[in-house]
Amino acid sequence: MPDNEKIIEIEVLRYRPEQDAEPVLQTYQVPFTDDMSVLQGLQYIKDYLDGTVSFRWSCRMAICGSCGMMVNGKPELSCKTFLRDYYPGKLRVEALAHLPIERDLVVSVGDFVKKLASVKPYIIPKEARSLDDGEYLQTPAQLAQYEQFSSCINCLLCYAACPQYGMNPAFTGPAALALLHRYNADSRDGGKAERMELVHSEEGVWSCTLVGYCSEVCPKGVDPARAINMNKTSSAADYFLRFVMPKGVVK
Amino acid sequence: MTRLPYVRPMQGWWRRNPYYVRYMLMETTSVIVGLYAGILLVGVWRLSQGQAAYEAWLAALRQPWAVALHGFMLLAMLYHAYTWWKVLPKTLPLIHVGGKPVPGLLLSAAGWTATLVISAAVYAAVRWWGL
Repeated sequence: MPDNEKIIEIEVLRYRPEQDAEPVLQTYQVPFTDDMSVLQGLQYIKDYLDGTVSFRWSCRMAICGSCGMMVNGKPELSCKTFLRDYYPGKLRVEALAHLPIERDLVVSVGDFVKKLASVKPYIIPKEARSLDDGEYLQTPAQLAQYEQFSSCINCLLCYAACPQYGMNPAFTGPAALALLHRYNADSRDGGKAERMELVHSEEGVWSCTLVGYCSEVCPKGVDPARAINMNKTSSAADYFLRFVMPKGVVK
Repeated sequence: MTRLPYVRPMQGWWRRNPYYVRYMLMETTSVIVGLYAGILLVGVWRLSQGQAAYEAWLAALRQPWAVALHGFMLLAMLYHAYTWWKVLPKTLPLIHVGGKPVPGLLLSAAGWTATLVISAAVYAAVRWWGL
């Protein structure tokens, strides 16, 4: 560490299930340089101050989606959030809101993984094609209809931003529904009718009340609020148009 | 080792972030917009009861407390109109013009402008042209 280093106070919300009945805050004094991320601050704590602090991380460059946590009450990727921006104030890191805490900053993601599978996040081809038929062609305009939604890295910041998910964990939630839309909006996909049942359901788009914070916190520029609310329109259209088009609107 | 995941309570969630406070304000002002629509409906109902009833309704609205209430409701309505157009782009399909996405802010700005122009026109029509 260089001599000109500064010291920042980091409060970590600790939860050790074998000894804590509920989470407690623990404070650490962390020397840092201007190029250090919040994740690096935590790594300093683990290496030099307290080896018992648990947190997830992997890539350190905002693509793996492992290191999401609440930083001063906001959902952030700790690898792309910098200690210098909080100095000289202090910094509080907590496990992602609305998700069960497994230990310290580690949350349970099992519920999300089940939801992700439920939206069938893969292309269901419109018709069977052989290799001889060649590749599926797509225009730039068709690509633009789903491209931003395909940037999701499953970091769950949007779940930590969504109070509706916090109050009703049955809600499918922002990322899974954005990914549902990513496949529905793909011109190569023919699975919209299969996914529509989930869109229509109580746990689908109608549990969203358009708080909109999910889209604000997304570190990859995905707009889950738009994906969900666009589908409210198609869900409503599907509901009412069945009276005039009994065979359904969704092809 | 046994797992014992801790679920944090949601009580007072809307006070945890200024974004949530603004969301609650947006939702609350919709109730006030509904209340104002109710007052107008009462006016229609009083009109159906004849001129005297309608005049009494108008007189009631000139009471200082009614004027103050309407001032407050106007502010709430302006805030609600602002937020209504602000979130509108979230409900629209992705629109591309010349291969570029149309920014949500542009759509919101069109809505704000339309609201101001139409409100000003309606006000002018009633206030100065006696329609």
